[in-house]
Amino acid sequence: MPIPGSGLAKGLAVTLRTMTKKTVTAQYPDVQPELPPRSRGVIGLFEENCTVCMLCARECPDWCIYIDSHKETVPAAAPGGRERSRNVLDRFAIDFSLCMYCGICIEVCPFDALFWSPEFEYAETDIHELTHERDKLREWMWTVPEPPALDAKAEEPKEIAAARKAAEKAAEKAAAEAAAAAAEAQAQEEQQ
Amino acid sequence: MNDALDVAVRLLIVFAVFLVLPLVVGQTEHKVMAHMQGRLGPMYAGGFHGWAQLVADGVKFAQKEDVVPKDADRRIFQLAPAVALLPYLLVLVAIPIGPSEGAVGQVVDAGIFFVLAVMGVGVLGSLMAGWASANKFSLLGGLRTAAQLLAYELPMLLAAASVAMAAGTVSLPGILNAFEWWWLPWQIVGAIVFFVAGLAELQRPPFDMPVADSEIIFGAYTEYTGLRFALFLLAEYAGIVVLCGLTTVLFLGGWHGPFGGDGLGWVWTLLKAAVLAFVVIWLRVTYPRLREDQLQKLAWTTLVPLALAQIALTGIVKVAIQ
Repeated sequence: MPIPGSGLAKGLAVTLRTMTKKTVTAQYPDVQPELPPRSRGVIGLFEENCTVCMLCARECPDWCIYIDSHKETVPAAAPGGRERSRNVLDRFAIDFSLCMYCGICIEVCPFDALFWSPEFEYAETDIHELTHERDKLREWMWTVPEPPALDAKAEEPKEIAAARKAAEKAAEKAAAEAAAAAAEAQAQEEQQ
Repeated sequence: MNDALDVAVRLLIVFAVFLVLPLVVGQTEHKVMAHMQGRLGPMYAGGFHGWAQLVADGVKFAQKEDVVPKDADRRIFQLAPAVALLPYLLVLVAIPIGPSEGAVGQVVDAGIFFVLAVMGVGVLGSLMAGWASANKFSLLGGLRTAAQLLAYELPMLLAAASVAMAAGTVSLPGILNAFEWWWLPWQIVGAIVFFVAGLAELQRPPFDMPVADSEIIFGAYTEYTGLRFALFLLAEYAGIVVLCGLTTVLFLGGWHGPFGGDGLGWVWTLLKAAVLAFVVIWLRVTYPRLREDQLQKLAWTTLVPLALAQIALTGIVKVAIQ
C-alpha cells in the first residue's frame, strides 16, 4: 500500500522538476524557429528551366497556378534547316491563398523549375497580394537551400550510381585492353 | 511633533510594503508558474524578463470602464473592494519583521487576536460583493466564501492558540521573544494546519471554489471591472503576503535564524516569508481545485481534529517542562 500523501508529494516533485528544466516556449519573432530540412514554406520558380509544359498547372489540385505563354519561331540554326518553334513564358503565378502546399507541382515538374523554399513570412493584409507573380517567385528561388545531405546509410543517388558504374566499366575495359596489348607485345618479343 | 512624524514614517513604510510586496509575489507567481509549466511567462513588459508586467496590468485596469450593474446595491457594490483590501493593510501594521522596536509598524498587545480578527473582516468584502452584485453566480460565490470562512477560521484560530499557549502571550513580538528552535518540530502540525487554513481563507487554489471559473464564472467578482476588480486581485496577493508573514512569525521563529547578527533579523523574516510565498504558488500550480464537499470535509474531519491534537500536545509539553 502506498504511503498516504505520496501522490501529493509526487505532484509537487513533478512541478518542481519541470521548473528546473528548459522551457519549450518558442520566442518567435525574436528568435527564428529552427526549421526541419525540406520545410515547405514557399515555392520558388527557376524560370530558365520552365518549358511551359503546363504539367504543374494541370496537376495542381487547387488550380492555383496560372501560366500564360506564347509561341515564338526560332530561325533555322543551319542554312537549309527547318524553323523551330518554342514556348515563351509570359506569366507564371501561384496563388498562395489557394495553395495547400502539397508539393505535387514540384514533384511533377520534369525540368526542375520549381523548388521548395523554407521562407514562410509572407503574410499579407490583402488576399490578392498572396498571388505571387513570376518576379516574386524568382526572388524565392534565391532562398532555396542546398539539398540536405543524405542519411548515413542511405542508398546512393541514382545519377551518381549510374555515373560510377559507367566509370567502372570504362576503367575495366581500359585495363583489359591494356592487358591485351601488353600480352601481344610480349608475344611479339618472344617471336623475335 | 516628533511622535507624529514617527507615526507618519511608519505608516508610509507599511503602506509602501503593502503596495510593493504583493506585486513582487504576483510577478513571482507569473514566472514560477510559467516555468513549472515549461513556459517563460511574461517577457516583454519593462524589457527585462517582463518585470513590469503587473505595472502594465495595473495601467490596463485603470483605463477600463468601471461598470456597476443596474440592479446592484450600488454603494455596497462599490465599497466591497476596499473592505476586502484594507484589512490586510491593517494586519501588516502589526507584523514584526525584526527584534527592535523600529521593525514593527505598531506593537499590539493582543497581536494574535487583532490580526486574526481583522483578517476575518477581509472575507466580508467578498460577501458584500457577492450579495450586492445582484447576480446568481456572485451570490453563489459569496455563499461559498462564507462557508469556507466558517469552516477554516476555526482550525486557524486553534492553531494560533496553540502557539499562544506555548509562548504564554498573545503579543506577536512576545511570541517571538519566547521562541526556541525546538518549537519548530513541536508546533509543526499546528503550522501546517494554520498555513492550509490560511490558504483556504485566501481562496487560493486548490481552495478556490468561491471563484471556480468552470462552475460559477468568477464567484463574487463576476460583475466587477477595472480598478475595483484589480483591488480584489491585489487583496488576494496582499493576503498571501500577510499569511506568509504571520506563519513566519507564529511558527517559523520570525527573525531568529541559525546565524547572522541581531541587525539581520528582518532578512530572516523576509526570507522565510518568501519561501512560504513560493510554497503558496507551488501548491497552486500542482493541485487541482477541490470539490466543495471535499473542502468542507478537509476542514471538519482533518484540520480541526489536527489542531485540537496540537493544542493537547502543546498543553502536555507545556506542563511537563514547567
